[in-house]
Amino acid sequence: MQSAALQGGFAHAPIDAAHAFRAALQAMARPGLVQRVTGAQPPAPLSVAAGVLVLTLMDRSTPVFLAPSHDVAMVRDWLTFHTGAPLVAADRAVFAIGDWLGLSPLGQFAIGTPEYPDRSATLIVEQPGLERGMAVRLRGPGIRDHVQTTLPDVPALQANAALFPLGCDFFFTAGADLMALPRSTKLEAC
Amino acid sequence: MSAQTHPASGQIAQGQIAPIHTDQAYNFAYLDEETKRMIRRALLKGLAVPGYQVPFASREMPMPYGWGTGGVQVTAACLTPDDVLKVIDQGADDTTNAVSIRKFFQRTAGVATTEQTTVATVIQTRHRIPETDLSEGQILVYQVPIPEPLRFLEPRETETRKMHSLEEYGLMHVRLYEDIARHGQIATSYAYPVKVEGRYVMDPSPIPKFDNPKLSQNAAIQLFGAGREQRIYALPPYTDVVSLDFEDHPFQASKADHACDLCGSNTAYLDEVIIDDAGGRMFVCSDTDYCSTRRAQGHVGRLGTAQEHVA
Repeated sequence: MQSAALQGGFAHAPIDAAHAFRAALQAMARPGLVQRVTGAQPPAPLSVAAGVLVLTLMDRSTPVFLAPSHDVAMVRDWLTFHTGAPLVAADRAVFAIGDWLGLSPLGQFAIGTPEYPDRSATLIVEQPGLERGMAVRLRGPGIRDHVQTTLPDVPALQANAALFPLGCDFFFTAGADLMALPRSTKLEAC
Repeated sequence: MSAQTHPASGQIAQGQIAPIHTDQAYNFAYLDEETKRMIRRALLKGLAVPGYQVPFASREMPMPYGWGTGGVQVTAACLTPDDVLKVIDQGADDTTNAVSIRKFFQRTAGVATTEQTTVATVIQTRHRIPETDLSEGQILVYQVPIPEPLRFLEPRETETRKMHSLEEYGLMHVRLYEDIARHGQIATSYAYPVKVEGRYVMDPSPIPKFDNPKLSQNAAIQLFGAGREQRIYALPPYTDVVSLDFEDHPFQASKADHACDLCGSNTAYLDEVIIDDAGGRMFVCSDTDYCSTRRAQGHVGRLGTAQEHVA
Protein backbone atom coordinates (compact mmCIF):
# COMPACT_ATOMS: atom_id res chain seq x y z
CA MET A 1 0.00 0.00 0.00
CA GLN A 2 1.30 3.42 -0.93
CA SER A 3 1.34 6.04 1.80
CA ALA A 4 -0.75 8.31 -0.43
CA ALA A 5 -3.68 6.04 0.35
CA LEU A 6 -3.46 7.20 3.96
CA GLN A 7 -4.14 10.82 2.93
CA GLY A 8 -7.32 12.57 1.96
CA GLY A 9 -9.64 11.57 4.80
CA PHE A 10 -11.81 13.90 6.86
CA ALA A 11 -9.77 16.32 8.97
CA HIS A 12 -12.46 16.38 11.68
CA ALA A 13 -14.37 13.15 11.12
CA PRO A 14 -17.46 13.73 13.30
CA ILE A 15 -18.01 17.31 12.10
CA ASP A 16 -17.13 16.76 8.44
CA ALA A 17 -19.26 13.64 8.31
CA ALA A 18 -22.17 15.48 9.94
CA HIS A 19 -22.10 18.24 7.30
CA ALA A 20 -21.65 15.68 4.52
CA PHE A 21 -24.54 13.58 5.75
CA ARG A 22 -26.82 16.60 5.95
CA ALA A 23 -26.06 17.28 2.28
CA ALA A 24 -26.71 13.62 1.40
CA LEU A 25 -29.94 13.62 3.44
CA GLN A 26 -31.19 16.78 1.74
CA ALA A 27 -30.22 15.34 -1.63
CA MET A 28 -32.07 12.04 -1.05
CA ALA A 29 -35.07 13.94 0.38
CA ARG A 30 -35.21 16.25 -2.62
CA PRO A 31 -34.37 14.35 -5.80
CA GLY A 32 -32.72 16.42 -8.50
CA LEU A 33 -31.41 19.05 -6.08
CA VAL A 34 -27.63 19.51 -6.36
CA GLN A 35 -25.60 19.68 -3.14
CA ARG A 36 -21.95 20.73 -2.84
CA VAL A 37 -19.77 18.82 -0.35
CA THR A 38 -16.20 19.13 0.90
CA GLY A 39 -13.74 17.43 3.22
CA ALA A 40 -12.33 14.47 1.26
CA GLN A 41 -9.41 14.39 -1.16
CA PRO A 42 -9.74 10.93 -2.66
CA PRO A 43 -7.35 9.57 -5.31
CA ALA A 44 -8.33 9.79 -8.97
CA PRO A 45 -10.62 8.76 -10.54
CA LEU A 46 -12.81 9.16 -7.41
CA SER A 47 -14.46 12.58 -7.32
CA VAL A 48 -14.53 14.67 -4.16
CA ALA A 49 -18.29 14.10 -3.83
CA ALA A 50 -17.95 10.33 -4.19
CA GLY A 51 -15.06 10.38 -1.70
CA VAL A 52 -17.17 12.31 0.81
CA LEU A 53 -20.00 9.76 0.45
CA VAL A 54 -17.50 6.93 0.94
CA LEU A 55 -16.18 8.43 4.17
CA THR A 56 -19.66 9.33 5.43
CA LEU A 57 -21.58 6.13 4.73
CA MET A 58 -19.24 3.18 4.30
CA ASP A 59 -17.48 0.96 6.82
CA ARG A 60 -16.73 -2.69 7.56
CA SER A 61 -20.42 -3.58 7.43
CA THR A 62 -20.99 -2.31 3.87
CA PRO A 63 -19.57 -4.45 1.03
CA VAL A 64 -18.57 -2.25 -1.91
CA PHE A 65 -18.43 -3.00 -5.64
CA LEU A 66 -15.98 -1.02 -7.77
CA ALA A 67 -16.86 -0.79 -11.45
CA PRO A 68 -13.90 -1.29 -13.87
CA SER A 69 -13.57 2.49 -14.22
CA HIS A 70 -12.74 2.77 -10.50
CA ASP A 71 -11.21 -0.61 -9.77
CA VAL A 72 -7.62 0.64 -9.55
CA ALA A 73 -5.06 -0.05 -6.83
CA MET A 74 -5.06 3.50 -5.46
CA VAL A 75 -8.84 3.59 -5.02
CA ARG A 76 -8.92 0.10 -3.52
CA ASP A 77 -6.20 1.02 -1.02
CA TRP A 78 -7.80 4.33 -0.12
CA LEU A 79 -11.21 2.76 0.39
CA THR A 80 -9.78 -0.09 2.44
CA PHE A 81 -7.67 2.14 4.67
CA HIS A 82 -10.37 4.74 5.36
CA THR A 83 -13.44 2.52 5.62
CA GLY A 84 -12.43 -1.13 5.93
CA ALA A 85 -15.27 -1.96 3.56
CA PRO A 86 -14.86 -5.35 1.85
CA LEU A 87 -14.65 -5.24 -1.94
CA VAL A 88 -17.14 -7.65 -3.49
CA ALA A 89 -18.93 -8.63 -6.69
CA ALA A 90 -21.86 -6.53 -7.85
CA ASP A 91 -24.61 -8.85 -6.61
CA ARG A 92 -23.38 -8.69 -2.99
CA ALA A 93 -22.71 -4.96 -2.86
CA VAL A 94 -24.42 -2.52 -0.51
CA PHE A 95 -22.69 0.33 -2.32
CA ALA A 96 -21.34 0.44 -5.86
CA ILE A 97 -19.05 3.09 -7.30
CA GLY A 98 -18.23 3.73 -10.94
CA ASP A 99 -19.21 5.41 -14.17
CA TRP A 100 -22.59 4.61 -15.67
CA LEU A 101 -21.16 2.23 -18.27
CA GLY A 102 -19.28 0.27 -15.61
CA LEU A 103 -22.34 -0.03 -13.38
CA SER A 104 -24.66 -1.19 -16.19
CA PRO A 105 -26.70 -3.29 -16.35
CA LEU A 106 -28.56 -2.36 -13.16
CA GLY A 107 -29.96 -5.87 -12.94
CA GLN A 108 -26.73 -7.14 -11.39
CA PHE A 109 -27.38 -5.25 -8.12
CA ALA A 110 -29.54 -6.14 -5.13
CA ILE A 111 -32.99 -4.53 -5.29
CA GLY A 112 -34.16 -5.62 -1.85
CA THR A 113 -36.85 -8.15 -1.01
CA PRO A 114 -40.60 -7.54 -0.71
CA GLU A 115 -40.33 -7.84 3.10
CA TYR A 116 -37.10 -5.80 3.30
CA PRO A 117 -36.91 -3.36 0.36
CA ASP A 118 -34.14 -1.49 2.22
CA ARG A 119 -31.74 -4.34 1.46
CA SER A 120 -30.91 -2.87 -1.92
CA ALA A 121 -27.75 -1.40 -3.36
CA THR A 122 -27.00 2.32 -3.42
CA LEU A 123 -25.12 3.26 -6.58
CA ILE A 124 -22.68 6.15 -6.69
CA VAL A 125 -22.52 7.10 -10.34
CA GLU A 126 -19.54 9.23 -11.29
CA GLN A 127 -20.20 11.65 -14.12
CA PRO A 128 -18.08 14.16 -16.02
CA GLY A 129 -20.71 16.75 -15.12
CA LEU A 130 -24.20 16.61 -13.59
CA GLU A 131 -25.61 18.42 -16.63
CA ARG A 132 -24.56 15.59 -18.99
CA GLY A 133 -27.07 13.10 -20.28
CA MET A 134 -30.73 13.01 -21.25
CA ALA A 135 -33.18 15.74 -20.23
CA VAL A 136 -35.76 14.37 -17.85
CA ARG A 137 -38.64 15.58 -15.69
CA LEU A 138 -38.84 14.17 -12.16
CA ARG A 139 -41.98 13.79 -10.05
CA GLY A 140 -42.67 12.08 -6.75
CA PRO A 141 -41.92 12.31 -3.03
CA GLY A 142 -39.57 15.18 -2.20
CA ILE A 143 -40.52 17.12 -5.31
CA ARG A 144 -43.01 19.96 -5.33
CA ASP A 145 -44.82 19.54 -8.67
CA HIS A 146 -41.83 18.58 -10.84
CA VAL A 147 -38.15 19.29 -11.37
CA GLN A 148 -36.09 19.32 -14.55
CA THR A 149 -32.67 17.67 -14.70
CA THR A 150 -30.41 15.45 -16.80
CA LEU A 151 -29.62 11.77 -16.18
CA PRO A 152 -27.43 9.26 -18.02
CA ASP A 153 -29.94 6.60 -19.08
CA VAL A 154 -33.61 7.41 -18.59
CA PRO A 155 -35.12 4.07 -19.77
CA ALA A 156 -32.92 2.06 -17.37
CA LEU A 157 -33.78 4.40 -14.48
CA GLN A 158 -37.47 4.24 -15.38
CA ALA A 159 -37.28 0.45 -15.27
CA ASN A 160 -35.68 0.72 -11.82
CA ALA A 161 -38.41 3.09 -10.60
CA ALA A 162 -41.05 0.67 -11.90
CA LEU A 163 -39.78 -1.89 -9.38
CA PHE A 164 -40.90 0.33 -6.47
CA PRO A 165 -40.89 -0.37 -3.54
CA LEU A 166 -37.92 -2.46 -4.64
CA GLY A 167 -35.02 -1.05 -6.66
CA CYS A 168 -31.65 0.66 -6.36
CA ASP A 169 -31.08 4.20 -5.14
CA PHE A 170 -28.58 6.55 -6.77
CA PHE A 171 -26.18 9.33 -6.04
CA PHE A 172 -24.82 11.08 -9.11
CA THR A 173 -21.50 12.76 -8.44
CA ALA A 174 -19.31 15.17 -10.41
CA GLY A 175 -16.45 17.06 -8.81
CA ALA A 176 -17.73 18.32 -5.45
CA ASP A 177 -21.39 18.18 -6.49
CA LEU A 178 -23.84 15.41 -5.79
CA MET A 179 -27.47 14.74 -6.62
CA ALA A 180 -29.67 11.83 -5.55
CA LEU A 181 -32.34 9.78 -7.26
CA PRO A 182 -34.30 7.42 -5.00
CA ARG A 183 -36.35 4.61 -6.52
CA SER A 184 -39.54 6.48 -5.54
CA THR A 185 -38.98 9.17 -8.19
CA LYS A 186 -40.96 8.91 -11.42
CA LEU A 187 -39.10 9.93 -14.58
CA GLU A 188 -40.53 11.37 -17.78
CA ALA A 189 -38.22 11.95 -20.74
CA CYS A 190 -38.64 15.41 -22.22
CA MET B 1 -29.85 22.68 1.21
CA SER B 2 -26.71 22.57 3.29
CA ALA B 3 -26.69 23.96 6.79
CA GLN B 4 -24.48 26.85 5.71
CA THR B 5 -27.01 28.19 3.27
CA HIS B 6 -29.98 27.95 5.61
CA PRO B 7 -31.14 31.43 6.51
CA ALA B 8 -31.88 30.45 10.09
CA SER B 9 -28.46 29.07 10.92
CA GLY B 10 -25.37 30.90 11.97
CA GLN B 11 -27.09 33.84 13.51
CA ILE B 12 -28.16 34.26 17.09
CA ALA B 13 -31.85 34.95 16.96
CA GLN B 14 -34.23 36.29 19.54
CA GLY B 15 -35.43 33.79 22.08
CA GLN B 16 -32.45 31.53 21.56
CA ILE B 17 -30.83 29.91 24.55
CA ALA B 18 -27.05 30.08 24.50
CA PRO B 19 -25.33 26.68 24.34
CA ILE B 20 -23.58 25.37 27.43
CA HIS B 21 -20.07 23.96 26.96
CA THR B 22 -19.75 20.75 24.96
CA ASP B 23 -19.06 17.69 27.04
CA GLN B 24 -15.69 16.73 25.58
CA ALA B 25 -15.77 13.28 27.14
CA TYR B 26 -18.16 12.20 24.38
CA ASN B 27 -17.99 12.18 20.60
CA PHE B 28 -19.89 14.96 18.85
CA ALA B 29 -23.62 14.35 19.47
CA TYR B 30 -22.87 11.44 21.85
CA LEU B 31 -23.02 8.50 19.41
CA ASP B 32 -19.84 6.99 17.96
CA GLU B 33 -19.25 7.41 14.23
CA GLU B 34 -19.93 3.78 13.32
CA THR B 35 -23.36 3.97 14.95
CA LYS B 36 -24.11 7.26 13.21
CA ARG B 37 -23.14 5.76 9.83
CA MET B 38 -25.49 2.84 10.44
CA ILE B 39 -28.36 5.20 11.36
CA ARG B 40 -27.54 7.49 8.43
CA ARG B 41 -27.72 4.60 5.97
CA ALA B 42 -31.09 3.60 7.42
CA LEU B 43 -32.36 7.19 7.12
CA LEU B 44 -31.40 7.36 3.43
CA LYS B 45 -33.19 4.08 2.70
CA GLY B 46 -36.16 5.35 4.71
CA LEU B 47 -36.37 8.46 2.52
CA ALA B 48 -36.07 6.33 -0.62
CA VAL B 49 -39.07 4.19 0.41
CA PRO B 50 -41.38 6.65 2.19
CA GLY B 51 -43.40 5.10 5.00
CA TYR B 52 -41.49 1.81 5.04
CA GLN B 53 -39.95 0.83 8.39
CA VAL B 54 -36.20 0.28 8.09
CA PRO B 55 -34.71 -1.93 10.82
CA PHE B 56 -31.71 -0.40 12.60
CA ALA B 57 -29.44 -1.49 15.44
CA SER B 58 -30.81 0.85 18.09
CA ARG B 59 -28.35 1.60 20.88
CA GLU B 60 -28.81 1.93 24.59
CA MET B 61 -29.07 5.63 25.34
CA PRO B 62 -28.52 7.35 28.67
CA MET B 63 -32.28 7.62 29.16
CA PRO B 64 -35.01 5.02 29.48
CA TYR B 65 -37.01 3.61 26.57
CA GLY B 66 -40.14 5.66 26.20
CA TRP B 67 -38.19 8.87 26.67
CA GLY B 68 -37.46 9.28 23.00
CA THR B 69 -34.37 7.13 22.51
CA GLY B 70 -35.30 6.57 18.85
CA GLY B 71 -35.79 10.26 18.19
CA VAL B 72 -32.59 11.07 20.07
CA GLN B 73 -30.57 8.67 17.93
CA VAL B 74 -32.02 10.08 14.71
CA THR B 75 -31.35 13.63 15.90
CA ALA B 76 -27.79 12.70 16.89
CA ALA B 77 -27.16 11.26 13.43
CA CYS B 78 -28.51 14.40 11.74
CA LEU B 79 -27.12 17.23 13.86
CA THR B 80 -24.32 19.49 12.66
CA PRO B 81 -22.65 22.08 14.90
CA ASP B 82 -24.45 24.83 12.92
CA ASP B 83 -27.92 23.57 13.78
CA VAL B 84 -30.43 25.29 16.02
CA LEU B 85 -32.34 22.62 17.92
CA LYS B 86 -35.87 22.78 19.29
CA VAL B 87 -37.34 19.97 21.36
CA ILE B 88 -41.03 19.67 22.18
CA ASP B 89 -43.04 17.24 24.26
CA GLN B 90 -46.78 17.37 23.50
CA GLY B 91 -46.14 20.75 21.89
CA ALA B 92 -44.41 22.21 24.95
CA ASP B 93 -40.77 23.28 25.13
CA ASP B 94 -40.72 23.36 28.91
CA THR B 95 -41.78 19.85 29.95
CA THR B 96 -39.38 17.33 31.47
CA ASN B 97 -38.77 15.21 28.38
CA ALA B 98 -38.12 18.24 26.16
CA VAL B 99 -35.87 19.96 28.67
CA SER B 100 -33.75 16.87 29.30
CA ILE B 101 -33.25 16.07 25.61
CA ARG B 102 -32.44 19.70 24.82
CA LYS B 103 -29.85 19.76 27.60
CA PHE B 104 -28.45 16.43 26.39
CA PHE B 105 -27.64 17.89 22.98
CA GLN B 106 -26.41 21.17 24.41
CA ARG B 107 -23.87 19.19 26.39
CA THR B 108 -22.88 16.56 23.85
CA ALA B 109 -23.15 18.50 20.57
CA GLY B 110 -22.79 22.10 21.71
CA VAL B 111 -25.62 23.12 19.38
CA ALA B 112 -27.65 26.28 19.83
CA THR B 113 -31.20 25.70 21.00
CA THR B 114 -34.38 27.66 20.63
CA GLU B 115 -38.06 27.55 21.48
CA GLN B 116 -39.07 29.31 18.29
CA THR B 117 -40.37 27.01 15.57
CA THR B 118 -39.36 29.39 12.79
CA VAL B 119 -35.73 29.67 13.98
CA ALA B 120 -35.09 25.94 14.54
CA THR B 121 -33.33 23.89 11.85
CA VAL B 122 -33.94 20.56 13.61
CA ILE B 123 -37.02 19.95 15.76
CA GLN B 124 -37.39 16.80 17.82
CA THR B 125 -40.97 16.17 18.82
CA ARG B 126 -42.97 13.90 21.02
CA HIS B 127 -46.58 13.58 19.88
CA ARG B 128 -47.18 16.92 18.13
CA ILE B 129 -46.46 18.77 14.90
CA PRO B 130 -45.88 22.50 15.51
CA GLU B 131 -48.83 24.77 14.61
CA THR B 132 -46.55 27.10 12.64
CA ASP B 133 -45.89 25.86 9.11
CA LEU B 134 -42.47 24.32 8.68
CA SER B 135 -40.18 25.40 5.85
CA GLU B 136 -37.79 23.78 3.40
CA GLY B 137 -34.52 22.84 5.04
CA GLN B 138 -36.10 22.11 8.42
CA ILE B 139 -36.05 18.57 9.81
CA LEU B 140 -38.79 17.26 12.11
CA VAL B 141 -37.77 14.19 14.15
CA TYR B 142 -40.56 12.17 15.78
CA GLN B 143 -40.20 9.95 18.83
CA VAL B 144 -42.12 6.76 18.08
CA PRO B 145 -43.15 4.15 20.67
CA ILE B 146 -44.78 1.49 18.41
CA PRO B 147 -43.86 2.02 14.74
CA GLU B 148 -45.94 -0.87 13.38
CA PRO B 149 -49.52 0.28 12.70
CA LEU B 150 -50.63 -3.34 12.34
CA ARG B 151 -49.03 -4.52 15.59
CA PHE B 152 -52.19 -4.55 17.72
CA LEU B 153 -53.99 -6.47 14.97
CA GLU B 154 -51.19 -8.96 14.28
CA PRO B 155 -48.46 -9.46 16.89
CA ARG B 156 -46.07 -11.44 14.67
CA GLU B 157 -43.43 -9.35 12.91
CA THR B 158 -43.06 -11.99 10.16
CA GLU B 159 -46.76 -11.58 9.40
CA THR B 160 -46.88 -7.78 9.47
CA ARG B 161 -43.82 -7.70 7.17
CA LYS B 162 -45.71 -9.94 4.76
CA MET B 163 -48.84 -7.79 5.03
CA HIS B 164 -46.83 -4.66 4.13
CA SER B 165 -45.13 -6.42 1.24
CA LEU B 166 -48.49 -7.56 -0.15
CA GLU B 167 -50.21 -4.23 0.60
CA GLU B 168 -52.66 -6.29 2.63
CA TYR B 169 -54.21 -3.54 4.72
CA GLY B 170 -57.79 -4.76 4.87
CA LEU B 171 -57.41 -5.54 8.57
CA MET B 172 -56.74 -1.88 9.31
CA HIS B 173 -59.98 -0.87 7.63
CA VAL B 174 -61.77 -3.55 9.64
CA ARG B 175 -60.42 -1.93 12.81
CA LEU B 176 -61.71 1.48 11.75
CA TYR B 177 -65.02 -0.11 10.75
CA GLU B 178 -65.33 -1.70 14.19
CA ASP B 179 -64.91 1.79 15.63
CA ILE B 180 -67.88 2.92 13.59
CA ALA B 181 -69.93 -0.17 14.52
CA ARG B 182 -69.27 0.41 18.22
CA HIS B 183 -69.19 4.20 18.50
CA GLY B 184 -71.00 5.42 15.40
CA GLN B 185 -67.82 7.13 14.21
CA ILE B 186 -64.11 6.48 13.88
CA ALA B 187 -63.11 6.88 17.52
CA THR B 188 -59.37 6.61 16.96
CA SER B 189 -58.14 10.05 17.97
CA TYR B 190 -54.35 9.71 17.99
CA ALA B 191 -51.78 7.54 16.18
CA TYR B 192 -54.36 7.57 13.39
CA PRO B 193 -53.08 5.37 10.53
CA VAL B 194 -52.09 6.98 7.24
CA LYS B 195 -51.18 5.74 3.78
CA VAL B 196 -48.04 7.18 2.22
CA GLU B 197 -47.96 7.86 -1.54
CA GLY B 198 -50.64 5.23 -2.04
CA ARG B 199 -48.34 2.43 -0.85
CA TYR B 200 -47.29 1.92 2.77
CA VAL B 201 -49.63 2.25 5.75
CA MET B 202 -47.71 4.08 8.44
CA ASP B 203 -48.11 4.96 12.10
CA PRO B 204 -47.62 8.72 12.40
CA SER B 205 -46.55 8.24 16.07
CA PRO B 206 -49.14 9.19 18.70
CA ILE B 207 -49.81 12.66 17.33
CA PRO B 208 -53.46 13.73 17.66
CA LYS B 209 -55.35 13.11 14.43
CA PHE B 210 -55.74 16.89 14.35
CA ASP B 211 -52.11 16.96 13.17
CA ASN B 212 -52.51 14.33 10.43
CA PRO B 213 -53.21 16.80 7.59
CA LYS B 214 -49.88 18.49 8.36
CA LEU B 215 -48.01 15.25 7.55
CA SER B 216 -48.97 15.62 3.89
CA GLN B 217 -47.12 17.91 1.48
CA ASN B 218 -45.05 19.29 4.36
CA ALA B 219 -42.02 21.32 3.22
CA ALA B 220 -39.81 19.84 5.96
CA ILE B 221 -38.13 16.44 6.05
CA GLN B 222 -39.97 14.22 8.56
CA LEU B 223 -37.95 11.45 10.21
CA PHE B 224 -39.34 8.86 12.65
CA GLY B 225 -37.23 6.95 15.17
CA ALA B 226 -38.43 4.07 17.36
CA GLY B 227 -35.62 3.12 19.76
CA ARG B 228 -37.05 0.12 21.60
CA GLU B 229 -38.61 -1.31 18.44
CA GLN B 230 -35.47 -0.54 16.38
CA ARG B 231 -37.17 1.04 13.39
CA ILE B 232 -36.59 4.18 11.38
CA TYR B 233 -38.91 5.57 8.74
CA ALA B 234 -39.22 8.83 6.88
CA LEU B 235 -41.30 11.19 4.79
CA PRO B 236 -39.49 13.38 2.26
CA PRO B 237 -40.90 16.88 1.76
CA TYR B 238 -44.01 17.19 -0.43
CA THR B 239 -45.08 13.59 0.08
CA ASP B 240 -48.74 12.61 -0.17
CA VAL B 241 -49.99 11.27 3.14
CA VAL B 242 -53.65 10.27 3.39
CA SER B 243 -55.48 9.38 6.59
CA LEU B 244 -57.42 6.13 6.13
CA ASP B 245 -61.19 6.54 6.09
CA PHE B 246 -64.42 5.52 4.36
CA GLU B 247 -66.43 7.37 1.72
CA ASP B 248 -69.40 7.64 4.10
CA HIS B 249 -67.22 8.30 7.16
CA PRO B 250 -64.55 10.69 5.92
CA PHE B 251 -61.54 11.49 8.06
CA GLN B 252 -62.04 14.46 10.36
CA ALA B 253 -59.23 16.30 12.12
CA SER B 254 -60.81 17.00 15.49
CA LYS B 255 -59.93 19.23 18.43
CA ALA B 256 -61.63 20.46 21.60
CA ASP B 257 -64.46 22.79 20.59
CA HIS B 258 -63.10 25.84 22.39
CA ALA B 259 -60.76 28.75 21.86
CA CYS B 260 -57.46 28.98 23.72
CA ASP B 261 -58.09 30.69 27.06
CA LEU B 262 -54.70 32.41 26.96
CA CYS B 263 -54.27 33.55 23.35
CA GLY B 264 -57.78 33.15 21.97
CA SER B 265 -56.74 30.97 19.02
CA ASN B 266 -59.65 29.11 17.44
CA THR B 267 -57.49 26.96 15.23
CA ALA B 268 -54.75 25.54 17.47
CA TYR B 269 -54.86 22.12 19.15
CA LEU B 270 -55.80 22.51 22.82
CA ASP B 271 -54.90 20.92 26.15
CA GLU B 272 -57.55 20.80 28.87
CA VAL B 273 -56.24 21.94 32.25
CA ILE B 274 -58.08 21.49 35.57
CA ILE B 275 -57.59 24.70 37.55
CA ASP B 276 -59.44 24.19 40.85
CA ASP B 277 -61.20 21.59 43.02
CA ALA B 278 -64.62 22.65 41.81
CA GLY B 279 -64.25 21.26 38.30
CA GLY B 280 -63.07 24.52 36.84
CA ARG B 281 -61.04 24.09 33.68
CA MET B 282 -59.35 25.97 30.95
CA PHE B 283 -58.21 25.15 27.45
CA VAL B 284 -54.78 26.25 26.33
CA CYS B 285 -52.73 25.75 23.18
CA SER B 286 -50.62 22.61 23.40
CA ASP B 287 -47.99 24.39 21.26
CA THR B 288 -46.37 26.74 23.80
CA ASP B 289 -44.30 28.64 21.21
CA TYR B 290 -47.37 29.28 19.08
CA CYS B 291 -49.36 30.48 22.11
CA SER B 292 -46.68 32.77 23.50
CA THR B 293 -45.98 34.23 20.05
CA ARG B 294 -49.65 35.09 19.67
CA ARG B 295 -49.82 36.60 23.15
CA ALA B 296 -46.74 38.67 22.41
CA GLN B 297 -48.59 39.94 19.35
CA GLY B 298 -51.39 41.16 21.66
CA HIS B 299 -53.96 38.35 21.31
CA VAL B 300 -55.77 37.73 24.61
CA GLY B 301 -58.02 34.78 25.45
CA ARG B 302 -60.92 34.38 27.91
CA LEU B 303 -58.73 33.90 31.01
CA GLY B 304 -55.62 35.62 29.69
CA THR B 305 -54.32 39.00 30.67
CA ALA B 306 -52.71 41.39 28.26
CA GLN B 307 -49.05 40.48 28.32
CA GLU B 308 -46.81 42.98 30.07
CA HIS B 309 -43.84 44.10 28.06
CA VAL B 310 -41.23 41.37 28.02
CA ALA B 311 -37.68 42.63 28.35
